[in-house]
Amino acid sequence: MRIRVVAASFAALVAAFVQSAGANAATLDTIKQRGSVICGTAPNLPGFAYTDDKNVRRGFDVDLCRALAASVLGDADKAQLVPLGLRDGFATLTTGGVDVLTHRLTWTYNRDNGGGLDFLMTMYYDGQGFMVLKSLGVKSVNDLKGASICVAQGSTTELNIADYFRAHKMDYRITTFADLDEARNAYEQGRCDAWTNDRSALAARGLQLKNRDAHIILPETISKEPIGPIVRQNDSQWAHIVRWTFFALIAAEELGVTQANVEEMRKSDNPEIKRLLGVGDDLGQKNGLSADWAYQAIKQLGNYGEIFERHLGEKTRLGLSRGQNRLWKDGGLMMAPPFR
Amino acid sequence: MTAETLTPPRGARFALPRGPAAWRAFLIQAAVLLAIAAFTAWVARNVIVNMARLNINAGFAFLGRPAGFEIAQKLIPYTETSSYFDVFLVALINTVVLTAIAILFATLLGFVIGLARLSNNQLVAGVAGGYVAIVRNVPLLLQLFYWYFAVLRPLPNPRQSLNVLDIAFLNKRGLFLPYPLVQPGFGALALTTLVMIVAALWLWRLNRRRRIRAGAPHFHPAALLLLLIPPLAIAWLYDVPLRFDVPVLSGFNFAGGMTVIPEFVAMALALSLYGAAYIAEIVRAGVRAVPAGQIDAARALGLRGGAINRLIVIPQALRVILPPLGTQYIVLLKNSSLAAAIAYPDLMLVFAGTVLNQTGQPLEVMLVTMASYALIGFAIAAVVNVANRRVQLVER
Repeated sequence: MRIRVVAASFAALVAAFVQSAGANAATLDTIKQRGSVICGTAPNLPGFAYTDDKNVRRGFDVDLCRALAASVLGDADKAQLVPLGLRDGFATLTTGGVDVLTHRLTWTYNRDNGGGLDFLMTMYYDGQGFMVLKSLGVKSVNDLKGASICVAQGSTTELNIADYFRAHKMDYRITTFADLDEARNAYEQGRCDAWTNDRSALAARGLQLKNRDAHIILPETISKEPIGPIVRQNDSQWAHIVRWTFFALIAAEELGVTQANVEEMRKSDNPEIKRLLGVGDDLGQKNGLSADWAYQAIKQLGNYGEIFERHLGEKTRLGLSRGQNRLWKDGGLMMAPPFR
Repeated sequence: MTAETLTPPRGARFALPRGPAAWRAFLIQAAVLLAIAAFTAWVARNVIVNMARLNINAGFAFLGRPAGFEIAQKLIPYTETSSYFDVFLVALINTVVLTAIAILFATLLGFVIGLARLSNNQLVAGVAGGYVAIVRNVPLLLQLFYWYFAVLRPLPNPRQSLNVLDIAFLNKRGLFLPYPLVQPGFGALALTTLVMIVAALWLWRLNRRRRIRAGAPHFHPAALLLLLIPPLAIAWLYDVPLRFDVPVLSGFNFAGGMTVIPEFVAMALALSLYGAAYIAEIVRAGVRAVPAGQIDAARALGLRGGAINRLIVIPQALRVILPPLGTQYIVLLKNSSLAAAIAYPDLMLVFAGTVLNQTGQPLEVMLVTMASYALIGFAIAAVVNVANRRVQLVER
């Protein structure tokens, strides 16, 4: 009898942990009522989402969130940024803690299906690479037979490395760290021969290596890592708003609309530019937004190319080239469906 | 008043309360029970409804799916095609092994330190007291970081390993030890050795009894060394049926032999030393609980120091030591979950970490993890309870 009572209260406690906040209302209504868009981002990743020396959250992922706030609420500063570890990301979203994840989470079948989430599109094409010490004399991933490899858990990297090494019949020793920076520290201190992560993260987190020039990133990319916004399943209005806001940023680059010239472009004769900027047509109303939703996002944040160059591009510390993230017409993979 | 008057007779049937006080008590209990049941039902309904609304698949079917990732330490066969359930077993065994090692060393060290604190030698007592004070007052996580980052990380690279007789090596990748390889004839050797050990013990007791009874033994104890002959003969016959696979430096690191990863070494060190400080205090309290008059009485009877400890102090101290000792073991088990902080692949890091992430089944994964810790804890408590019952005072 007493045991049963204890068991019942135990079960109640367990269940209380996972009890979700009432996220029943449409996300857009909640956002308008609240007056801010809440996004989950990586806690500390230079270039993508980090806190600068003035205690302001900055980065590529942060600007995507700000673009959403600009298009939905007309003000980029109404973006609220919540740093989330890999482990907490999905649960925080499904239980209503954030409206959208503009995180570094790879779009995969198992994540997209059966978990109550929707991956919407790809905003950054990444791939997994390896960093080693130059002095090791290793020229290719295929030379890493028998090597110790440091990896951070909770990402797709653990699976990619297993698949790749198995396919190439190479053995290896893995050390899995719960924390992304801890994996790099362990590698730097010699716990492992190689450190693996997405190439963008090798570039970003590699900045904190004491002697970055002593290390090289091996040429092979062993996986594809499409990364983009994630929302809760079953709110297609909100999903459409997120998806098309980001498409608007890409379309703007395609059409030559920049942060600087967006005002002028409102007077453009190009019908697609006019539709995009809400001149003479109101595309926003179908999603419950104002007519100038895309204009606001571009005006306040710039187009996709501008956001990329501002945080990740060759003039930044990360020095990443656009690569596959160029526009389709330049040989890349970024494309927005037509605005008509 | 004895305990029996408090416990209701076995097989008591449900009876309606008698008198207003009993009724009030009955109603209050019923109301509390109803409230708990209602709360449970409300929470359960919430979970079910919300999971359906969020399209989250519930159930444990995912445990059968292939996991497809590598684990740093696996003590049972595990390949990258094994299932999530295999991952669970690997992680569970890693947790249990770590906890068992920590309990063993913490107990041994704890007893030594606890007794040292009671020593008449001021230096010994002072050092032991200082150890307890420092270790108990520094958070375990910091101690873990100390061992892992400050002691084990600065070890040399594989090529400059610390070398012990060319058979064992220590570097920042771990401790590399020879691994026993069983050759034909090992079974015969093991069996013969076992039989000879049993025979030696039996003969030794026989001899001792004879010495006590008749004043002189059957034979000189050194004659027992003759029992070594059969195992040695078998070893010679089979040309040493147990060989060792010695680690050899090849490529990036040592190959062959057995690897103890530094994460395990750091965890085992930190947990053992931390647990030892608490156990030392438990032991000290237990010994102090034996009334000084008993020791005086033992001396008056002519017993000497060793015999007093063995026959009077320790049996009575154990009665006080065992219950809190069991609690301390369970604390060690729970503290082992800090392993996730330094990449030791235990239940928390691998199962509640990687598996949770890859499957997106947090509810199920967390339930299994919590139940696992609870069950291991119950098992430890059960073992300690059995031991406790055996040392309790038998009242006549």
